[in-house]
Amino acid sequence: MTTDATLVEEQYCTFWVSGLFFGVAVAEVQEVLRTQPMTPVPRAADAVTGLINLRGQIVTAVDLRVRLGFPPRDPATAPMNVIVRSRGEVVSLLVDDIGDVIDLAEIGGVAPEPVPSNMPARVQDVVSGVRPLAGSILLVLDADRAVDVSSAPDTAGGKP
Amino acid sequence: MTQNDEDAEIIAEFLVESHENLDQLDRDLVGLEQQPGSRELLSSIFRTIHTIKGTSGFLAFGRLEQLAHVGETLLSRLRDGEEQMTPAIAESLLLMVDTTRALLEVIERTGTDADPSVEVAPVVEVIERLLTGDPGTTAAPVEPPPAPATGGADDLAEVDAPVSVSPDGIAPAPPVADAQTATEAQPSVVDASVRVDVDLLDTLVDLVGELVLTRNQLLQRTALAEDVELARASQRLDLVASELQESVMKTRMQPIGQVWSKMPRVVRDLAHQLGREVELVMEGHDTELDRSLLEALKGPLTHLVRNSMDHGIETPAVRLAAGKPAKGTLVLRAFHESGQVVVEISDDGSGIDPERIASVAIQRGVVTREQLARMDGREILGLVFRPGFSTATEVSNISGRGVGMDVVRTNIERIGGSVDLQSEAGRGTTVRVRIPLTLAIIPALVVGEGGERYAIPQANLVELVRIEGEDLERDVEHLAGAPVLRLRGRLLPLVQLAEALGGASPDNEALTVVVLQSDDVRFGLCVSEVHDTQEIVVKPIGRQLKSLGMYAGATIMGDGRVALILDVAGMAVAAGIGSTVEEQAEARGSDGDRTSLLVLEVADGRRAALPLGAVARLEEFTPDRLERAGTAEVVQYRDGILPLVRLAPAIGLPDTSHLQEQLSVVVHEGSEGRAVGIVIDRVLDVVDTSVVRSDVGRRAGVLGSAIVQERVTDLVDLAAVVVRAGGAA
Repeated sequence: MTTDATLVEEQYCTFWVSGLFFGVAVAEVQEVLRTQPMTPVPRAADAVTGLINLRGQIVTAVDLRVRLGFPPRDPATAPMNVIVRSRGEVVSLLVDDIGDVIDLAEIGGVAPEPVPSNMPARVQDVVSGVRPLAGSILLVLDADRAVDVSSAPDTAGGKP
Repeated sequence: MTQNDEDAEIIAEFLVESHENLDQLDRDLVGLEQQPGSRELLSSIFRTIHTIKGTSGFLAFGRLEQLAHVGETLLSRLRDGEEQMTPAIAESLLLMVDTTRALLEVIERTGTDADPSVEVAPVVEVIERLLTGDPGTTAAPVEPPPAPATGGADDLAEVDAPVSVSPDGIAPAPPVADAQTATEAQPSVVDASVRVDVDLLDTLVDLVGELVLTRNQLLQRTALAEDVELARASQRLDLVASELQESVMKTRMQPIGQVWSKMPRVVRDLAHQLGREVELVMEGHDTELDRSLLEALKGPLTHLVRNSMDHGIETPAVRLAAGKPAKGTLVLRAFHESGQVVVEISDDGSGIDPERIASVAIQRGVVTREQLARMDGREILGLVFRPGFSTATEVSNISGRGVGMDVVRTNIERIGGSVDLQSEAGRGTTVRVRIPLTLAIIPALVVGEGGERYAIPQANLVELVRIEGEDLERDVEHLAGAPVLRLRGRLLPLVQLAEALGGASPDNEALTVVVLQSDDVRFGLCVSEVHDTQEIVVKPIGRQLKSLGMYAGATIMGDGRVALILDVAGMAVAAGIGSTVEEQAEARGSDGDRTSLLVLEVADGRRAALPLGAVARLEEFTPDRLERAGTAEVVQYRDGILPLVRLAPAIGLPDTSHLQEQLSVVVHEGSEGRAVGIVIDRVLDVVDTSVVRSDVGRRAGVLGSAIVQERVTDLVDLAAVVVRAGGAA
């Protein structure tokens, strides 16, 4: 019924950002890490939190809360790193918490829905699809767009 | 190393290179079938054949050279659009490539290209016929290639299996049978080396860097532990990791001899062309450096050799007259010195006459007489590296074609190197090029700001200056809000690193200034802390940060944390520092002497100028500090009383200085150390310009006027103005 390729497509690494349930196709995720020592980059875009040392490779960390225009994280809680591959580079997405890897093919019966048009533009910008599940709604994240901090609209949608 | 060994080595290199080139050629030719007439592919093929031609000429492979020569001619016509691609031409090109390949195999087997089993003449003939453009025959010659095999062609036709005729281009049929067995018996040179993707090498370098870091952390820990076994194991790890690092670095290294291999030819040709007699001596053939650096070094080295031949070594007659042997000597030396590669190009020619350099430099507006007077001999020689300088009296076709020494310097500095020139008139010139072993690891100064560390490439570092206490007050001035440092008589723009990084400027009692130079821009970077210098591994940063320009990359420090590497040129741009005013003025070029002027505003928008040399300091006072001593206005200043004179009335203009919020004062120190404060509206600029004084506007207190920055500006008669204060006080 499904080929291996679509199977992989239907597997998502999930995480929470400001109460929203996101998923990135597992093929795009390299690994998930706890909070790492961070070197800030002055003058960089707001969403760029800093640089981390991933086994000798310098990885830029992008805070999804800032990228999506949500209020900043409670400083007492440490973010998690979802390391994704995007256009030949490795980038870390800082998220609030990590969920399970879910397999939509296994769950079955959930057709992709278009992105609701009343979501803030900043969120719509990085969401490629919406999958309503039994207890939650999974927002499928387009990693390439999420790490592109230059395209983040400054004022559109949500509250700054 | 004997001459023979050297030759064999050069030939082996040539073969490896050529085989690689031929593979590229096959791909290009296939590509050309899909995109006939692609200029890009044609150029690529042309370059390959051109390289083979050049090297084979140098190695005296006459037949190969002849073949490559006609091929090159045909290709250059195609590339330049003089000839259109036709099936006949495509066929002949394939034929030429196959024959080239066959000849290379013969060379590899026998050491010469004389083996008659490979026919060259018929192929050359086919291409020449195409070149002469005889339309009647262009179609026909396409057939003949197979013909020579059957004995139709003129010479060497008796061989049974000629290689020249396999236009399919897949694998040229190996020549005669016994030769084939010979090839199988011994491994080919090509098999002795492996082509590895540079990306893979980079990954290896990364991993080894990480291993070394982990080792360092481990060593720190084991030093504290008392476990003997652990200590022993970590010691072994230490050794192995170091050796591994060295080996991996070596994989990117190549001997400089690769660049030098074409020098004998260059020198021979030039000597012939210029009527010189030159002996080329090359030392340190096997000095190795990073492959990418080697590539970047090719151009500058060739240029320097050409320069030595053209401007350095004299004609035999001149040399004999000067009591030197008729034959000049050009020495290329390469060696390692303190972690760098040094390449020296020395000749025993006429040397460089500093006086001639000086006069040319002034004539071309490269420097002013005033600046020249302050230079020592070495600095004067250094002028040849300035843009717009070329001493060749007439432009020869050897050197001086617009590519000057400044380009050589720029190219070498781009790879983190430096050029230095020593010369003794009549005795010869030595140019010394220093380059780092590798681009991946550079020495850097680590500084601290806001709790983070930043690395500054040593190549940009000029000096470190620490200013505290009184010196701080005396040497650091603010010109229209911009901080500048008086450093040995020159004004150095200052940039606060904290501010450049978007923070607030720290209010320090002392200032640590890192003086940086990038191209023609020099500025001082004020930092909070200076750590140490260390070798850092440069790593790229993500595309999210590329647009910043302030960072050249990042590195990982000993504790595993990331530190950013500052891009000095980018910082200068971000801070709005261009070439210094003086250097811009230099670039404009002019005749006559230059003066440094402090340009001021008085009387609501009128411009006046003072010679900068007469200005000791610039001060600002709040109006409430103004006091009176008799009729004179004074302020308390540095434990004394500073008499003030308002400039506007002193030069016959309405005074508006009291309308300013702050009292801007130019402090002038007279001959007996008596200071006078000249009150102005505000400082506009410091310019270095040639002043053409006009008597227009001459009056009491004003010497005349001049056009400064395209505006008419009063030139203040300082003596007359000061007298007013002196008299009043």
